[in-house]
Amino acid sequence: MARVELKQITKSFGILKAVHESDVVFEEGSFTTLLGPSGCGKTTILRMVSGLERPTGGDILIGGKRINDVPIHKRNLGLVFQNYALFPHRTIAENIAFGLKYRGVNKADAAQKVTEALDIVRLPGVEDRYPSQLSGGQQQRIAMARAIVIEPDVLLLDEPLSALDANLREEMRVELKSIQHRIGVTTIFVTHDQSEALAMSDKIIVMSDGRVEQVGAPAEVYNNPASVFVANFLGASNIVDVDVKGRGADTVTLDVPHFGAITLHADRATNLGDATRGKLVMRAEKLHLADGASPEGTVSTRGVVEAVDYQGQLARYFVRIGETRFQAMNMIDGVPFAEGAEVSVVLNPDDCSVLANEA
Amino acid sequence: MPDTATPIDKRPLVLLTPAFIAITALVVIPMSFILVYSFYENVDLAVDRVAFQFGNWQALFSDNYYHSAIWKTLRISVVVTVLAAVLGYLPAYFIAMTTFRHKWLLLLLLILPFWVSFIIRTLSWIHILGNQGALNGLFLWLGLTDEPLQMMFSEFSVMVGLIHVFLPYMILNIYVSLEGIDRNLEPAARTLGATPWQAFREVTLPLSLPGLAAGSLLVFVLTGGSYVTPLILGGPSDFLFGNLIYDAVVTELNWPMGATLSFTLLVLLGSVVILYSRFMGLNQLSKAFG
Ligand SMILES: Nc1ncnc2c1ncn2[C@@H]1O[C@H](COP(=O)(O)OP(=O)(O)OP(=O)(O)O)[C@@H](O)[C@H]1O
Ligand SMILES: [Mg+2]
Repeated sequence: MARVELKQITKSFGILKAVHESDVVFEEGSFTTLLGPSGCGKTTILRMVSGLERPTGGDILIGGKRINDVPIHKRNLGLVFQNYALFPHRTIAENIAFGLKYRGVNKADAAQKVTEALDIVRLPGVEDRYPSQLSGGQQQRIAMARAIVIEPDVLLLDEPLSALDANLREEMRVELKSIQHRIGVTTIFVTHDQSEALAMSDKIIVMSDGRVEQVGAPAEVYNNPASVFVANFLGASNIVDVDVKGRGADTVTLDVPHFGAITLHADRATNLGDATRGKLVMRAEKLHLADGASPEGTVSTRGVVEAVDYQGQLARYFVRIGETRFQAMNMIDGVPFAEGAEVSVVLNPDDCSVLANEA
Repeated sequence: MPDTATPIDKRPLVLLTPAFIAITALVVIPMSFILVYSFYENVDLAVDRVAFQFGNWQALFSDNYYHSAIWKTLRISVVVTVLAAVLGYLPAYFIAMTTFRHKWLLLLLLILPFWVSFIIRTLSWIHILGNQGALNGLFLWLGLTDEPLQMMFSEFSVMVGLIHVFLPYMILNIYVSLEGIDRNLEPAARTLGATPWQAFREVTLPLSLPGLAAGSLLVFVLTGGSYVTPLILGGPSDFLFGNLIYDAVVTELNWPMGATLSFTLLVLLGSVVILYSRFMGLNQLSKAFG
C-alpha cells in the first residue's frame, strides 16, 4: 500500500501529446478514478504508473520513491486489463499463482493463497478450469484475484467492467468496491462511465484531452463542476450565461434569463471567483416540469415540451423556453408529458452551481 | 415406414466429397499404381516385366546403402528443421510485434523470394560459398585464411540451401500464431513480476507452439522429400533419399525400384505426420485455447 504521486508528468507519442503536464496524487488506501472521454489519456497515465510506458517528462513517485527507472517487474503493482489478459494456456490456479512464483512463495503457500484469493472474489472451486471455460464476469474476477494475490502496493484497473453487460456491471461494481475496501489497497480506476466513477470513487480526476480538468470527491465534482466540460461530462446539464447581481455574506445572487433572480449558497459558487458574469449549471435531473401554474415560492418559468425520450421510469424532456432548449430528466409520475404540452419549469436554486464565464 | 429416427445431416458429406474425389484421383490411385509397380521386375534398362515378386523390397531391406540414406535423410531433416525453427522465430517475432505501420511490406519481403525460381535461388549459393565466392573472398581479403575454405558441395552447403528455401514457410507459420496472441499477455506477466525473458518463455513461447509445430512439420517433410538442392549444392556423397529415387528412375531407368523407394518415402514421411499430430498433436495444442 502506498501513495502514488505524479509530478509534472507528460507523455508524447511522436507529435501527439497524449498527456500534458499534470500533477496528480493518489492517496494511500484510496479509490481514485480517472474519468474522461475516449482518447483523453487515462490508459496512458495508468501505463506510465505500471511502467509499460515511459513518461516523456516528469516523475512518478510510489510511497515517496521515484520509480521512473524501476523496471515493470520490480514495481509490485497489480494491473487488471480491460480484456482481463488471462493466460489461456494456464489453469485458473496457475493464472492466479503466476505472480507468486516470482516472489519466492513455495507451492503449498501458493495454493493456500490461491484459495484465499478465489474466496475474496467469491469464485471458489474453479482452480482447475481454463479461462475459456469461464464467463466474462468470472474471468474478470480471476483477473482481479491474480492482481491482488501478490499484495500489490497499488492496484491499477483499466476499465475492468466495460466488457460486461449492464446488469453484471452494476453487480461487479459493488463487488469490486467491497474487495478494495476489504484489502485497503491504493486503487487507480480508469473509466469513461460517469455513474461508475460517482458510485465507486473516493476521489475523481476528470480528464479531457490529456489535461486534468478537475479533482474532487464525487459529490464535489458533480455539484460544483469546475468547467463546462466537467458539467457536461458528468450527466446532462443546462448551461446559461448569467450576470452576478449581488453578493451576500455567504450567498451570491444571479440574474438568470427567463427564471429571474436566484440566490445560491457561496458553496455553489466556489468556481465563480470574483467574476461579474458566469455560467449557471442546471442539472437536467434537477429541472422539474409541472402541470399548470407554477407552484408558489419557487423559481420557475413557462415552457413547451418539444420532444420526449421515454426511458421507463424516467423521461428526458426537451423543453423550449424562449429561444433556448433545455433538458429535463424527470421521474415519471403517472402519465408523462406529451409533445407540445405547456408546462411550468421549476428550478431549485440549491441544486444549481455557477462557474466563472471563461471556464 | 414412419420417419422416427432423426434424419442424417448430409451436408458434411456433400462438403467433403470434392476433397475425397481429389485425394482419391490424385493420391490414392497413383500411389496404388506405384505400389503395384514395386512388385514388377526390371529386366533391362527401361524394360520391366509384369510380375508379383519381392526382389525390389528385398533389396531395400537388405542393402545398407538404402538404410544409411534413410538415416542421413532423417538426420539432415532434423538438423534443418531445428535450425530453421531457431532462425525463423526471431524474424517472425519481430514482424508480429513491430509497431511499424506498414507490416504488410515485411510480409511481402518474406514472399518476395518466391518470385525468383527456386533453382536460381539455390544456385546463388555457389557465388556465396564457392572457392571464388563472396565469403571466401572476404576471408582472404581479411587475411583470416590463406586458402579458400571448402564450403561448397558439402553437407554444410546442402543444409544452408535447404534452410534458405524453407525458412519462409517456418516464419509464416510462427508469425501467424504469434499474431493471434493477445498483446496484453506479456505486459500482464511483466506486471506480475516476470522479467522480459521469463514473460516470453512462460507466455509467448508456449502460445506460439502450434505455429512452431506446424512450421517444423512442414519443413521436416519438405526437407525429407527434397532432391534438387542436394543435386545442385551437394558433393557426390551428399545425397538424400529423394536422390536415390531420382537415380533409380532417371539414371538407371529402373522404374520398379524407383516405385519401391517412392512408396517407402511416402510411408516414412506419412508416419512422421501421423505420429506428430497424434502425440504433439496440432489439434491437441489448440485445445488449450478452448
Ligand atoms: N502507443 C501509442 N502510439 C501512438 N499514440 C498512442 C499510443 N497509445 C495511445 N496513443 C494516443 O494517445 C491518446 C490517449 O490514449 P489513451 O489510450 O490513454 O486514451 P484513453 O483515455 O485510455 O481512451 P479509451 O477510453 O478509449 O481507452 C490517444 O489519442 C491515442 O490515440
Ligand atoms: Mg483506455
